[in-house]
Amino acid sequence: MAKVIVGMSGGVDSAVCAYLLKEQGYDVTGLTLRSWVSGDGQESRCCEIDDARAVCDKIGIPFYVVNCLEEFEKTVTDPFIDDYLKGRTPNPCVICNRTVKWDRMLYNAKMMNAEYVATGHYASIVKLDNGRYTVKKALHSEKDQAYMLYRLSQEQLAATLMPLGTYTKAEVRDIAAKAGLPVAQKGDSQEICFVVDGDYAGYIERNAKTSVPPKGNFVDEDGKVLGTHGGIIHYTVGQRKGLGIAMGYPIFVKEIRPETNEVVLAKDEALYSKEIVCDDLNFLSVADIDEADGLECSVKIRYRHGGQSARLEKIDDKKIRVVFTDPVRAATPGQSAVFYDSNGYVIGGGIITGEK
Amino acid sequence: MDKFIYMDNAATTKVDPEVLETMLPYFCEEYGNPSSAYSFSGKIAVKVGEAREVIANAIGAKKTEIYFTGGGSESDNWAIKGVADALSKKGNHIITTSIEHHAVLHTCEFLEKHGYEVTYLPVDDKGFVDPKAVETAIKPTTILISVMFANNEIGTVEPIAEIGKIAHEHGILFHTDAVQAFGHLPINVDEMNIDLLSSSAHKINGPKGVGFLYVRTGVKLSNLIHGGAQEYNKRAGTTNAAGILGFAKATELAVSEMDKVISYETSLRDRLIKKVLEEIPYSRVNGDLKKRLSNNANFCFKFVEGESLLILLDQNGICASSGSACTSGSLDPSHVLLAIGLPHEIAHGSVRLTLSKETTEEDIDYVVETLKKTVERLRSMSPLYEDFVKKNEVK
Repeated sequence: MAKVIVGMSGGVDSAVCAYLLKEQGYDVTGLTLRSWVSGDGQESRCCEIDDARAVCDKIGIPFYVVNCLEEFEKTVTDPFIDDYLKGRTPNPCVICNRTVKWDRMLYNAKMMNAEYVATGHYASIVKLDNGRYTVKKALHSEKDQAYMLYRLSQEQLAATLMPLGTYTKAEVRDIAAKAGLPVAQKGDSQEICFVVDGDYAGYIERNAKTSVPPKGNFVDEDGKVLGTHGGIIHYTVGQRKGLGIAMGYPIFVKEIRPETNEVVLAKDEALYSKEIVCDDLNFLSVADIDEADGLECSVKIRYRHGGQSARLEKIDDKKIRVVFTDPVRAATPGQSAVFYDSNGYVIGGGIITGEK
Repeated sequence: MDKFIYMDNAATTKVDPEVLETMLPYFCEEYGNPSSAYSFSGKIAVKVGEAREVIANAIGAKKTEIYFTGGGSESDNWAIKGVADALSKKGNHIITTSIEHHAVLHTCEFLEKHGYEVTYLPVDDKGFVDPKAVETAIKPTTILISVMFANNEIGTVEPIAEIGKIAHEHGILFHTDAVQAFGHLPINVDEMNIDLLSSSAHKINGPKGVGFLYVRTGVKLSNLIHGGAQEYNKRAGTTNAAGILGFAKATELAVSEMDKVISYETSLRDRLIKKVLEEIPYSRVNGDLKKRLSNNANFCFKFVEGESLLILLDQNGICASSGSACTSGSLDPSHVLLAIGLPHEIAHGSVRLTLSKETTEEDIDYVVETLKKTVERLRSMSPLYEDFVKKNEVK
């Protein structure tokens, strides 16, 4: 039976992924990537490594830990900080999947003569009639993890198994409990693994290699100064809480202007845009967008966005315009926009630029 | 394939069956606390005293100079922090080396945060500390010199007697971390002018969780573990009778077989080094070829990551390590390999193989064959190696 390397995060999903593949008869090996260690010795995977090892022991498969601290810093955390310093709000997981996780897992798979890698994502990998691989939204999951996978390459997808695409989280926990896996009741992981306390601004202040932008002005859409902000890294488009400013009506971050160190505040209705521009594109189900025809699809502009119907128009080889049927709220530069077709297949995606 | 070859004896060793035999009665039968008043415990205290004597004899010390601890790291911590505290009025300067075990290095870094000054002496390309450099580093404020007896990663045996002599000529205390040397090499604390010496049982086929610190009579040393009056009032904590008796038994065995084991391991070690260097291109051995622990071999393979190599060795039934087992969690290349002058990328590709008296010639040959295969395989996956080969072809 084929050999597969399962990326083990220490959580219940990857544990069940490994368990199911073993049950299906695969020759399974568990692998955990150590991606970061903070200055005070805290790290991404200390307890997670123990949990992953315990799961592999229970299932009866070999387990290894490999380091990828250097790649992670270079391709994930440094650009993450850099984006915030430029007033953008990045999705580090999207980048990590392609440049760190899959890259390292496939390297280790090749080294160990394994045909596949596998993960516990709630999504399915599909090979289409046109010969291309894409990711399909999970059947049941409230979390659409296909969003996080749109940057994977065709080669990466072709060598990947995702057995959880048809299960619900409750079913996965149930499988884990019945199999006696020690992580059956473990809580879900937080969104960004290396910002342990959820305080992004604090993380950036501690880890930035260049100076962090100072306090500046809150301004309205006409440029009138409304007050003082605590530094642009503290804000993201659409934010309402924590502005520390009272206008007598609800007010939101509309835009961050790194060049003038300003944060633009506006009423909710000013946050909507009919069109956005994306660059840094990656396509899955299609090789490219037809220049003349464009493409109708559903677009998610952030991980927890439900998706809105839109039309993709090619600007040039590097850029695409997304024209929404109904205006979309708080499109945020730095976030990924992911395009889905009517079957729930990922067409592709790109990074929102902020260009109008 | 159920091959199993354990070549990580510098990380830890198998408990000798005779050692286990010695320890077993002290769990369910003779379980009394040696410090208690009744005779049930008293006879255990007597045994612990005998064990102390065995260990003292092994290094030419007195029984009352041996203090049992929880292991090598505790002994190192105690020696350095204990001297630093006891002599804080005399001075605040400590001399050590850049290739010490982290139990010494991190303890020194801790003291630096508390106002102490530490000199980390460099080593040469074989890992030797220059005794003259030790002497030059001495200041009026120097209170302690701490140099390891033998390096845990590359096996280099330091000129301990010479350094000890220098320390004593200047009236400075001399500590040595002998965790890798005790039971493996002859040690005499008087001849070598050693004032404090750390050791651990599990490196010599004894149990884990027990070690000792030798403290020369008259040396002022503050306590590290405060509490009860055990260990002559110097180290609190219920006496680990089983561990101590096991340690003494392991010491007895190690001392009685020492010459035989050294010559046996040395011949296997040299065979391993010779074959690797001959059969695997772009490989190098780290450390000195002569003044090195008889069980230690440490190699670098260009264009190969140590981590990947360890996984493939494991899949072939070979237990080895990259750097020391204590730092396997860290991505930083070995501080020892950097200290002997290896560049970053080469220091990443090291593997340490440490033999025992149970290692066979057949094991050595199998390990060399496997290394050859896996190094070749990893190089075939390395773009750097590909570039390198292309460049050489052009030439």
